[in-house]
Amino acid sequence: MPSLGADMESGKLVQWLVKPGSAVKKGDVVAVVETYKGAFEIDIFEDGVVSELCAKEGEELPVGALLARIAAPGEEPAVPAKAAEEEPKVPIKKPAALKPAPAKAAPVPRPSPVPSRGRTKISPVARRRAGELGIDPDMLNGTGIDGSVTLADVELAAAKGMSAKAPSPAAAPAVRRTGFDPDQMRQAIATAMARSKREIPHYYLSSTIDMSRPLAWMEAFNRERRPEERLLPAVLFLKATALALREHPQLNGFWENNRFRPADGIHIGWAIALRGGGLIAPAIHEVDRYALPSLMEALRDLVARARGGGIRGSEMMDPTFTVTSLGERGAESAFGVIYPPQVAIMGFGRTVVRPWVVDGDVTARPLVTASLAADHRASDGHAGGLFLSAVDRFLQEPVSL
Amino acid sequence: MNDRSAREGMNRMTYREACRHAIRDALINDARTFLMGEDVGLYGGCYAVSKGLLDEFGPERIRDTPLAEGAFVGAGIGAAMAGLRPIVEIMTCNFSLLALDQIMNNAATIPHMSGGQFAVPLVIRMATGAGRQLAAQHSHSLEGWFAHIPGLKVLAPGTVEDARYMLKAALADPNPVLIFEHIVLYNAEGELDPDVMEVDIARAKMRRPGRDVSILAYGNSLPKALAAAETLAEEGIDAEVVDLRVLRPLDNATIFETVARTRRCVIVDEGWKSGSISAEIAARLSEELFFELDAPIRRICSREAPVPYAAHMEEAALPQTAQIADAARNLVKPR
Amino acid sequence: MSQKPHLDREHGQHLFRQMLRIRQFEARCAELYQAQKIRGFLHLYDGEEAVAVGVMQALDERDAVVATYRDHGHALARGLPMGALMAEMYGKVEGCARGRGGSMHFFDRRRRFYGGNAIVGGGLPLAIGIAMADKQLHPGAVTACFFGEGAAGEGAFHESINLAELWDLPVLFVCENNLYAMGMPLELAEAETDIFRKAAAYRTPTEAVDGMNPVVVEAAARKAVASIRDGNGPYFLECRTYRFRAHSMFDAQLYRTREEIELWKERDPIPRTQKWLEENHMISPEELREIEGQVEAEIEEAVAFAEEGTWESVEDLERFVLMDEVSE
Repeated sequence: MPSLGADMESGKLVQWLVKPGSAVKKGDVVAVVETYKGAFEIDIFEDGVVSELCAKEGEELPVGALLARIAAPGEEPAVPAKAAEEEPKVPIKKPAALKPAPAKAAPVPRPSPVPSRGRTKISPVARRRAGELGIDPDMLNGTGIDGSVTLADVELAAAKGMSAKAPSPAAAPAVRRTGFDPDQMRQAIATAMARSKREIPHYYLSSTIDMSRPLAWMEAFNRERRPEERLLPAVLFLKATALALREHPQLNGFWENNRFRPADGIHIGWAIALRGGGLIAPAIHEVDRYALPSLMEALRDLVARARGGGIRGSEMMDPTFTVTSLGERGAESAFGVIYPPQVAIMGFGRTVVRPWVVDGDVTARPLVTASLAADHRASDGHAGGLFLSAVDRFLQEPVSL
Repeated sequence: MNDRSAREGMNRMTYREACRHAIRDALINDARTFLMGEDVGLYGGCYAVSKGLLDEFGPERIRDTPLAEGAFVGAGIGAAMAGLRPIVEIMTCNFSLLALDQIMNNAATIPHMSGGQFAVPLVIRMATGAGRQLAAQHSHSLEGWFAHIPGLKVLAPGTVEDARYMLKAALADPNPVLIFEHIVLYNAEGELDPDVMEVDIARAKMRRPGRDVSILAYGNSLPKALAAAETLAEEGIDAEVVDLRVLRPLDNATIFETVARTRRCVIVDEGWKSGSISAEIAARLSEELFFELDAPIRRICSREAPVPYAAHMEEAALPQTAQIADAARNLVKPR
Repeated sequence: MSQKPHLDREHGQHLFRQMLRIRQFEARCAELYQAQKIRGFLHLYDGEEAVAVGVMQALDERDAVVATYRDHGHALARGLPMGALMAEMYGKVEGCARGRGGSMHFFDRRRRFYGGNAIVGGGLPLAIGIAMADKQLHPGAVTACFFGEGAAGEGAFHESINLAELWDLPVLFVCENNLYAMGMPLELAEAETDIFRKAAAYRTPTEAVDGMNPVVVEAAARKAVASIRDGNGPYFLECRTYRFRAHSMFDAQLYRTREEIELWKERDPIPRTQKWLEENHMISPEELREIEGQVEAEIEEAVAFAEEGTWESVEDLERFVLMDEVSE
């Protein structure tokens, strides 16, 4: 049973989406697990073949309990049933979702011929050219037949300077869903936030940022685009935060075993208020590597799935930092409570027009308050201040986002 | 001859007249050549292609045959093996099935099966295609079937120029060459370039350059493809039209060159889609040019039914200009 | 060439020798087939030798031959080298068709042997065309076209005889009526079992002869060829014969009785001719032994030639699918 959050202690296996003998690839959704936060799709981290389903549908299991065994590709699925019984059914400390039973031999790498999920359609030449240019075509908006990414789309992206690889916003396959339980979720928030305030020595900083330049740029960008392609300020905040985290890695990671462990990537949890009440903060992976349009798309997708119950386990498990943006109807500033074991949370308040002094003159400017709450065990206020300055600096250069 | 060409000069003529001129030239230039088939002489040809030639060349060289496709096509093969250069006319390709044994089992196999001892330098002309409300036994396009057979060459003239000069090249070829003349094209008129005296029957030919999408067509689908390209041009879509014209052996080089450049392809084929020459081309493109393609290959073929008599039904059964334009447009500008 | 066979000692022995060559060659083929040296279909001419040998006596070099899939006898009688035929059946490149045709498809351009054709009736239209070409390019040449009585069921048979007569073409149609089209008895296949009458319906001169007698066949063929060369158009010869062996190697012969076969074997052209030569003192025991020895040696040589032959390179698989030129 994977740990989908620091505060998750058990989960109920609702549905298996694979059978013994099913071939699975990294990223495949194999099961649906219901927690007090709702139903999650459990994706798998290894290629292989399901050799045994150890958990039954409807069974409530502690985190770390064995759900299934996966044989490495080419390996005989020869783990005896007896061994399964000997497997200790106790929670294990680290999130280890569906880690297979130890394989006898190292898994033989095998190229996976066909992506298993509903994927972006990319024309053969576009795929080849994207490979040459180092562009991930999954990140592009297709203008070709059936929405496919065409050669022209790739060339356009190249002309815009996109070359870094960024991962795909995963489109989740349809699975059976169950609703969130508001009481359970309230309980979970209570557990996590209480643990945070109990354990984490927060420090708080804030900074007011002049949004006139980034908003002007964004409006110009949006003018030529269809509504579904337009950017929102939230995506600017997200990207600026990610780029600032690159410069300040001590805010991006986990406090574990009395020491800070920096994260491998910048996976920002985005706080989403659910319509039925409650809050989750699933991750967008590698935020710093997205171009803005794709990041916008990923964000829209994430919010839609969060509200529709289609969040994947991996998205819940590994945020390395959290951002909360209160939007246009929210408060002017937000000092967040850190989500353990993360070490910082950034809050963006409502953008408000206020008097602002520019070159000695008072003028009306749209302003936003950016607030940082950080774990004093992992960083100091000086670093936090520099981080906030960096966020401001990136926002003032929206073209570089 | 009371040809339009006689009235307007030698350069403007119909496809039918071009076919006739080609036969006449061949008969004049090579004493080993003769025309043989049903109603080629006294009647003047079912589609009037050989009208007047009997008077000029006599019954030995414009030889009317009984209704015996197997025997007279086989006789053409034997005569070619024994030193003549026959032109055999089969009234329509629908009747060629009565001679399929001879074409397949003798003409196509003997050169190879004899270890290269016997060539079959034979030309078989036949009418093909629909569009004249001739119903299901006179309207089919069987050239794709013949294009399946190693040992044959299969040509489909889609222009007056090709009708005029393909025969000469076919007769010069040491192999059995089948020429499929489209019945709708016989009345088509065209201006011949006086500088062109021959055509290359190894190569397809680009009829209209373009950048956005390649439309591959042959026979009577060629004018439809060109019309579609004109429509598209008005919309800012620049379609290239390639006249396949050699259905066997397919000119891979030209086909691959155009599609590699435009990266989009619509194939127009009056044959039925299943197992057609368009299927073969699409398969080759996917085998050889997969990584150059920017869109799926589209095919516009005849509907999978015998071609019916009623005009509106026949029209619905055949590839039409609007469908070709739609398919190409959809590949270039999907929305 | 005269119209009547000149049956002297030498010619009598020649007919005998030719038939014996075919008989013994095919006996060896059957053996080699069972030893899997020869594969595919193998149709033996055993019993019918008098037809090919008799007809070929009437032809000369300028003439053309169109044969059937049962073509060993025609090819040997026409003068194709035995080694090239055996090599062909071995599938060797030294074969008369580079090993591409096998038993059913012997070809020899030099000897105007236009192939064993394995489509029943498939060779008749070719013969029409060859005769058309000869009429224009090589007047006087005759095309001998062999086929079985089974071909009479095909449209090509009727279409071709009609065309030949209609256009006065120099074709000698030779029907080898062995009574069975594979296993189909003639009387179950044809309403009119006299095949020559069908040709006569197209106004073609016809004759039905004893196909078990080479002299009779030769005489009829000479008469026919003379008529053709005189410009009288085609001629149709029905040779009534019998094959002693099965249709091909894998044939249980359920369609005929052993008694029938034995009855026909009494008319076997080879012992019959030998007996006739001996009775007329046209062959001595020494000469007989010498002929048999020579035939045996020729077969041994042919087998050795085939054994020593080489396989065509697979790279040449597509060679001659399309020809680069027409050899004139």
